[in-house]
Amino acid sequence: MTSHLGLMVIFAAFVSVVFAVLSRDEPRDQMVLGARMFGGFVFAGVLIGWLLYPLPF
Amino acid sequence: MRAAAADRAQAASTVYLICAAAWLLPGAGHLWLGRRQKGLVFLVALTLMFGFGLWLEGRLFPFEVTQPLIVLAAIADLGMGAPYLAAKAFGAGAGRVVAITYEYGNTFIIVAGLLNMLVVLDVFDIAKGRK
Repeated sequence: MTSHLGLMVIFAAFVSVVFAVLSRDEPRDQMVLGARMFGGFVFAGVLIGWLLYPLPF
Repeated sequence: MRAAAADRAQAASTVYLICAAAWLLPGAGHLWLGRRQKGLVFLVALTLMFGFGLWLEGRLFPFEVTQPLIVLAAIADLGMGAPYLAAKAFGAGAGRVVAITYEYGNTFIIVAGLLNMLVVLDVFDIAKGRK
Protein backbone atom coordinates (compact mmCIF):
# COMPACT_ATOMS: atom_id res chain seq x y z
CA MET A 1 0.00 0.00 0.00
CA THR A 2 2.78 2.44 0.82
CA SER A 3 5.03 1.40 -2.06
CA HIS A 4 5.93 4.11 -4.55
CA LEU A 5 3.86 2.45 -7.28
CA GLY A 6 0.86 1.90 -5.00
CA LEU A 7 0.83 5.50 -3.81
CA MET A 8 1.25 6.77 -7.37
CA VAL A 9 -1.77 4.72 -8.48
CA ILE A 10 -3.88 6.07 -5.58
CA PHE A 11 -2.73 9.63 -6.29
CA ALA A 12 -3.53 9.21 -10.00
CA ALA A 13 -6.99 7.89 -9.12
CA PHE A 14 -7.82 10.88 -6.91
CA VAL A 15 -6.57 13.45 -9.42
CA SER A 16 -8.30 11.72 -12.37
CA VAL A 17 -11.64 11.61 -10.55
CA VAL A 18 -11.53 15.31 -9.65
CA PHE A 19 -10.35 16.46 -13.10
CA ALA A 20 -12.89 14.28 -14.91
CA VAL A 21 -15.81 15.48 -12.78
CA LEU A 22 -14.65 19.09 -13.16
CA SER A 23 -14.33 18.83 -16.95
CA ARG A 24 -17.46 16.88 -17.92
CA ASP A 25 -21.11 17.13 -16.93
CA GLU A 26 -22.46 13.71 -17.88
CA PRO A 27 -21.51 10.72 -15.70
CA ARG A 28 -20.63 8.57 -18.73
CA ASP A 29 -18.31 11.24 -20.15
CA GLN A 30 -16.76 11.64 -16.70
CA MET A 31 -16.06 7.91 -16.48
CA VAL A 32 -14.48 7.79 -19.94
CA LEU A 33 -12.28 10.84 -19.37
CA GLY A 34 -11.37 9.72 -15.84
CA ALA A 35 -10.33 6.26 -17.05
CA ARG A 36 -8.25 7.77 -19.85
CA MET A 37 -6.53 10.21 -17.53
CA PHE A 38 -5.90 7.53 -14.91
CA GLY A 39 -4.34 5.25 -17.52
CA GLY A 40 -2.28 8.12 -18.89
CA PHE A 41 -0.98 9.15 -15.48
CA VAL A 42 0.02 5.62 -14.49
CA PHE A 43 1.56 4.87 -17.90
CA ALA A 44 3.52 8.15 -17.89
CA GLY A 45 4.69 7.51 -14.33
CA VAL A 46 5.98 4.03 -15.15
CA LEU A 47 7.53 5.22 -18.44
CA ILE A 48 9.34 8.16 -16.82
CA GLY A 49 10.47 5.85 -14.02
CA TRP A 50 12.10 3.50 -16.53
CA LEU A 51 13.63 6.41 -18.47
CA LEU A 52 15.22 7.69 -15.25
CA TYR A 53 16.41 4.20 -14.24
CA PRO A 54 19.83 4.34 -16.05
CA LEU A 55 20.73 7.69 -14.48
CA PRO A 56 23.47 7.30 -11.88
CA PHE A 57 21.99 9.81 -9.39
CA MET B 1 -28.74 17.13 -13.78
CA ARG B 2 -28.32 20.86 -13.76
CA ALA B 3 -30.76 22.46 -11.38
CA ALA B 4 -32.63 25.53 -12.53
CA ALA B 5 -31.03 27.57 -9.75
CA ALA B 6 -27.59 26.83 -11.10
CA ASP B 7 -28.48 27.83 -14.66
CA ARG B 8 -29.04 31.48 -13.95
CA ALA B 9 -26.38 33.89 -12.78
CA GLN B 10 -26.35 34.64 -9.07
CA ALA B 11 -26.16 38.07 -7.46
CA ALA B 12 -22.59 39.26 -6.90
CA SER B 13 -22.71 38.94 -3.10
CA THR B 14 -24.22 35.47 -3.38
CA VAL B 15 -21.47 34.40 -5.78
CA TYR B 16 -18.78 35.20 -3.21
CA LEU B 17 -20.78 33.54 -0.45
CA ILE B 18 -21.08 30.38 -2.56
CA CYS B 19 -17.33 30.49 -3.30
CA ALA B 20 -16.57 30.87 0.42
CA ALA B 21 -18.77 27.85 1.15
CA ALA B 22 -17.03 25.91 -1.64
CA TRP B 23 -13.65 26.71 -0.11
CA LEU B 24 -14.75 25.93 3.44
CA LEU B 25 -16.27 22.56 2.61
CA PRO B 26 -15.10 20.84 -0.61
CA GLY B 27 -18.08 20.29 -2.90
CA ALA B 28 -20.42 22.58 -0.92
CA GLY B 29 -20.55 25.15 -3.72
CA HIS B 30 -21.71 22.58 -6.28
CA LEU B 31 -24.25 21.19 -3.81
CA TRP B 32 -25.55 24.74 -3.22
CA LEU B 33 -25.94 25.27 -6.97
CA GLY B 34 -27.86 22.02 -7.35
CA ARG B 35 -25.07 19.92 -8.90
CA ARG B 36 -25.36 17.14 -6.39
CA GLN B 37 -23.32 14.48 -8.13
CA LYS B 38 -20.32 16.75 -8.62
CA GLY B 39 -20.57 18.13 -5.10
CA LEU B 40 -20.65 14.70 -3.50
CA VAL B 41 -17.71 13.46 -5.59
CA PHE B 42 -15.61 16.49 -4.62
CA LEU B 43 -16.59 16.18 -0.98
CA VAL B 44 -15.61 12.52 -0.79
CA ALA B 45 -12.54 12.56 -3.09
CA LEU B 46 -10.87 15.71 -1.75
CA THR B 47 -11.54 14.96 1.91
CA LEU B 48 -10.23 11.42 1.45
CA MET B 49 -7.16 12.68 -0.38
CA PHE B 50 -6.43 15.18 2.40
CA GLY B 51 -7.00 12.53 5.09
CA PHE B 52 -4.76 10.13 3.20
CA GLY B 53 -2.00 12.74 3.22
CA LEU B 54 -2.32 13.12 6.99
CA TRP B 55 -2.30 9.34 7.41
CA LEU B 56 0.93 9.21 5.42
CA GLU B 57 2.43 11.54 8.04
CA GLY B 58 2.52 14.59 5.80
CA ARG B 59 2.86 18.04 7.30
CA LEU B 60 0.54 21.05 7.38
CA PHE B 61 3.07 23.75 6.59
CA PRO B 62 3.20 26.91 8.73
CA PHE B 63 3.22 30.46 7.34
CA GLU B 64 6.95 31.15 7.78
CA VAL B 65 7.57 34.36 5.86
CA THR B 66 11.32 33.82 5.93
CA GLN B 67 10.88 30.69 3.77
CA PRO B 68 8.88 31.54 0.61
CA LEU B 69 8.51 27.93 -0.56
CA ILE B 70 7.09 26.91 2.81
CA VAL B 71 4.59 29.78 2.53
CA LEU B 72 3.51 28.56 -0.91
CA ALA B 73 2.95 25.07 0.49
CA ALA B 74 1.01 26.57 3.41
CA ILE B 75 -1.24 28.51 1.00
CA ALA B 76 -1.87 25.29 -0.96
CA ASP B 77 -2.70 23.45 2.29
CA LEU B 78 -5.09 26.22 3.30
CA GLY B 79 -7.02 25.61 0.08
CA MET B 80 -8.71 22.65 1.77
CA GLY B 81 -10.79 24.88 4.06
CA ALA B 82 -12.53 23.25 7.03
CA PRO B 83 -10.66 19.92 6.95
CA TYR B 84 -7.40 21.91 7.13
CA LEU B 85 -8.69 24.05 10.01
CA ALA B 86 -10.00 20.99 11.84
CA ALA B 87 -6.72 19.13 11.40
CA LYS B 88 -4.82 22.16 12.74
CA ALA B 89 -7.23 22.46 15.69
CA PHE B 90 -6.80 18.81 16.61
CA GLY B 91 -3.02 18.95 16.29
CA ALA B 92 -2.86 16.67 13.25
CA GLY B 93 -0.42 17.26 10.41
CA ALA B 94 2.69 17.74 12.51
CA GLY B 95 4.55 15.66 9.91
CA ARG B 96 7.33 13.21 10.69
CA VAL B 97 10.29 14.00 8.47
CA VAL B 98 11.93 10.62 9.00
CA ALA B 99 8.79 8.73 7.95
CA ILE B 100 9.28 6.99 4.61
CA THR B 101 5.91 8.35 3.43
CA TYR B 102 6.51 11.97 4.57
CA GLU B 103 6.98 13.47 1.10
CA TYR B 104 4.11 11.42 -0.32
CA GLY B 105 1.88 12.73 2.46
CA ASN B 106 2.89 16.31 1.72
CA THR B 107 2.09 15.78 -1.95
CA PHE B 108 -1.39 14.42 -1.19
CA ILE B 109 -2.18 17.30 1.20
CA ILE B 110 -0.85 20.06 -1.08
CA VAL B 111 -2.54 18.71 -4.21
CA ALA B 112 -5.86 18.23 -2.38
CA GLY B 113 -5.74 21.93 -1.42
CA LEU B 114 -4.87 23.02 -4.95
CA LEU B 115 -7.63 20.86 -6.46
CA ASN B 116 -10.14 22.43 -4.07
CA MET B 117 -9.02 25.85 -5.33
CA LEU B 118 -9.82 24.66 -8.87
CA VAL B 119 -13.21 23.48 -7.63
CA VAL B 120 -13.86 26.95 -6.16
CA LEU B 121 -13.00 28.54 -9.52
CA ASP B 122 -15.45 26.14 -11.23
CA VAL B 123 -18.12 27.14 -8.72
CA PHE B 124 -17.41 30.80 -9.48
CA ASP B 125 -17.93 30.22 -13.22
CA ILE B 126 -21.15 28.28 -12.64
CA ALA B 127 -22.52 30.90 -10.25
CA LYS B 128 -21.70 33.65 -12.77
CA GLY B 129 -23.66 31.73 -15.41
CA ARG B 130 -20.64 31.00 -17.60
CA LYS B 131 -21.00 27.22 -17.44
